[in-house]
Amino acid sequence: MSILSRLTDRQRWGRLGGSLKYALHVITHPFDGFWDLTHEKRGTMGAANIIVIAVLITRLLALEHTAFMFNEVYWPSVNILQQCLSVLLPLVIFVISNWGLTTLFEGKGTLKDVYMATAYALTPYVLLQLPMIVLSNWITVDEAAFYNILATLSLVWSGGLIICGMMMIHDYSLAKTLLFIVMTIAAMLIVVFLLLLFFTLVGDGVGYFTSLYKEITFRLY
Amino acid sequence: MKNAILRLSALLTAVCLLAGIPLAYAADGFDYAYTYTYDYWGDQRQSPDAYRTRAFLTSADLGLDKQMVNPQSLFVQGNTIYIVDTGNNRIIQLETDGTNYTISRIIDSFTGDTEPLTFNGPSDIYVDDEGTMYIADTNNNRIVKLDKDLNYLLSFTKPVDPTFDQSMSYLPTKMVADVSGRVFALAQNVNKGLIKYEADGTFTGFIGASPVKYTWYELIWRLLSTKEQRAQQVSFVPTEYDNIAIDEKGFFYVVTQTFDENELMGGGAEPVRRLNSLGTNILIENGNWWVVGDVQWAAGNTTISRTGPSKFVDITVLDNDIYVVLDETHNRLFGYDHQGNMLWAFGGLGNAVGYFNKPSSIEHMGYDLLVLDSQAAALTIMTPTNYGQQIYNATEQYDRGEYDVSAATWLEVLKQNGNYDLAYIGIGRAKLQQGEYKEACDYFKMARDDKNYSEAFRYYRSELVEKNIGWIFGIAAIVLVVPMIVGRIRKIKEEVDNA
Repeated sequence: MSILSRLTDRQRWGRLGGSLKYALHVITHPFDGFWDLTHEKRGTMGAANIIVIAVLITRLLALEHTAFMFNEVYWPSVNILQQCLSVLLPLVIFVISNWGLTTLFEGKGTLKDVYMATAYALTPYVLLQLPMIVLSNWITVDEAAFYNILATLSLVWSGGLIICGMMMIHDYSLAKTLLFIVMTIAAMLIVVFLLLLFFTLVGDGVGYFTSLYKEITFRLY
Repeated sequence: MKNAILRLSALLTAVCLLAGIPLAYAADGFDYAYTYTYDYWGDQRQSPDAYRTRAFLTSADLGLDKQMVNPQSLFVQGNTIYIVDTGNNRIIQLETDGTNYTISRIIDSFTGDTEPLTFNGPSDIYVDDEGTMYIADTNNNRIVKLDKDLNYLLSFTKPVDPTFDQSMSYLPTKMVADVSGRVFALAQNVNKGLIKYEADGTFTGFIGASPVKYTWYELIWRLLSTKEQRAQQVSFVPTEYDNIAIDEKGFFYVVTQTFDENELMGGGAEPVRRLNSLGTNILIENGNWWVVGDVQWAAGNTTISRTGPSKFVDITVLDNDIYVVLDETHNRLFGYDHQGNMLWAFGGLGNAVGYFNKPSSIEHMGYDLLVLDSQAAALTIMTPTNYGQQIYNATEQYDRGEYDVSAATWLEVLKQNGNYDLAYIGIGRAKLQQGEYKEACDYFKMARDDKNYSEAFRYYRSELVEKNIGWIFGIAAIVLVVPMIVGRIRKIKEEVDNA
């Protein structure tokens, strides 16, 4: 199918809209929601991507527009790319390490399923953090408790959804899910360590050849 | 030819502007500003100079017969300046009319019924309103009290008291006296606080010793270690004060250099304290930073000199409750208002005017600051610039309740230094008093002052709600009513279709 026809296919757009709307069902009915998300094909990758992008946009908007009392931003050191990566990198590493582990231990979810479930689980973050940006501009420091409770809620809700999601897509018990969440975090640390090791070694390798090149050019001239 | 030079200088200026080189600072040979402040983030911000050196007086300038040697202390009473010339065992008394400094008396002995009648390594002097002198005669182990004609009155000697270690020699270094003639002294190797004498010379105890604080891991560590190990550990000694000043209201300002560098930014070190008569620290520290001098420093290193945090050697309290501390790490002066906000910082190591080799003492005469340099054996007298004076004026005006005048003065300060957070807060507070809440919010936001901002914003918000109450209800009504009407119409339509 050509790109144009894909873009003008009304059925596809309808399905995307439906699967996005389904996120609202998932966050309120996590068990049924996550089960149907993958097993009944109620979710789409497109919707998952849109939610992840929404998370990024929420973070950037919050950075810019949250009232200064709740927002300690030292602008000279802010880097948009870094801000985006601080969401994307943990997400990608979590998805990969979770899939890598669960696939060895009878997890039913595919890589796609894990990504989709995690992305759908981030919906409350977007839904709560966006209004919080507006709210922060209408409250004083004495009313900071409201803001902090909402902030905590958005994280706890998303966290809870991730656990539910993992339980449903891998068809695990709660205990096993919790165990694998902990193991996933350990695996994430290992991945980060390996990445650091890899990049340091590559950097050293490149540095060696550049200094060699420099040395030779110095000798020649 | 002239044209060429003009063109060249124009080009140079353009290049400088493009490269962002500040021309004004390049002119005096320094690539950083002499005076600076810290912003909300702890970054140094260049500031116009708050003080200019008015006079730099060496022994020769004063016309002294003998060069000053290691002068340790300075005292100002009215128009009289006393310099304690420690190395020459004498005190030099200067009179000033604001421009000329003339020696009026050299005090190296006194008369009376005591022995000896001379000084040995004096290190401090305090003179009260009537001219009665208290001199810390360190190596003679006493503080002598003389009347203004140098007649011996009294001496304060080693406390004969079980709380005082009698095996230790008594070396008083700094002291002040209060209005009733009580003396509060600091002595070498005494870490129990201020030594307090009654007016008749009797010792009545120590005040202001800071309690020894253990952190929880130190406690556990001490519990686990044996008696021998405990004896070997660094003994946890309370703070030893390094200098003392007394303000108009009779509170003591003390500085100390014994603290843990890591506790400075958490507020645990308290290198500057204001003690009440019970010895409790009542210094107000409401600024963005604790009263610690520099908030950025290279970690302390014993092998490299002049590293580490600011270490204060002296403090002076101006009549408007603004106090200035003198630091010997980088030879800087830090001014703080009574709320603990840093007003300015300046100074440095060097031989240029306005820089010091080893400052030992600071005093004030009105708004002027006098700094004694013990190594250069010279006295520097600094006077506030227009900028510095306006900061003082604005603070004083606000304290007197003249909010409008104060805001106008802060605005003048702001014209000279757009980075001055205190000016934004000052104007904001005046606007708040006048009921201009929106403007007040804007100013407080500029300085990131969340408490004051919230105060102003609360009023602004209720004002806004009151003004737009019609709209708010209107929109709420529309949001609620419109879907109801739409639903009703749909229902009717359905019924019509089905019929």
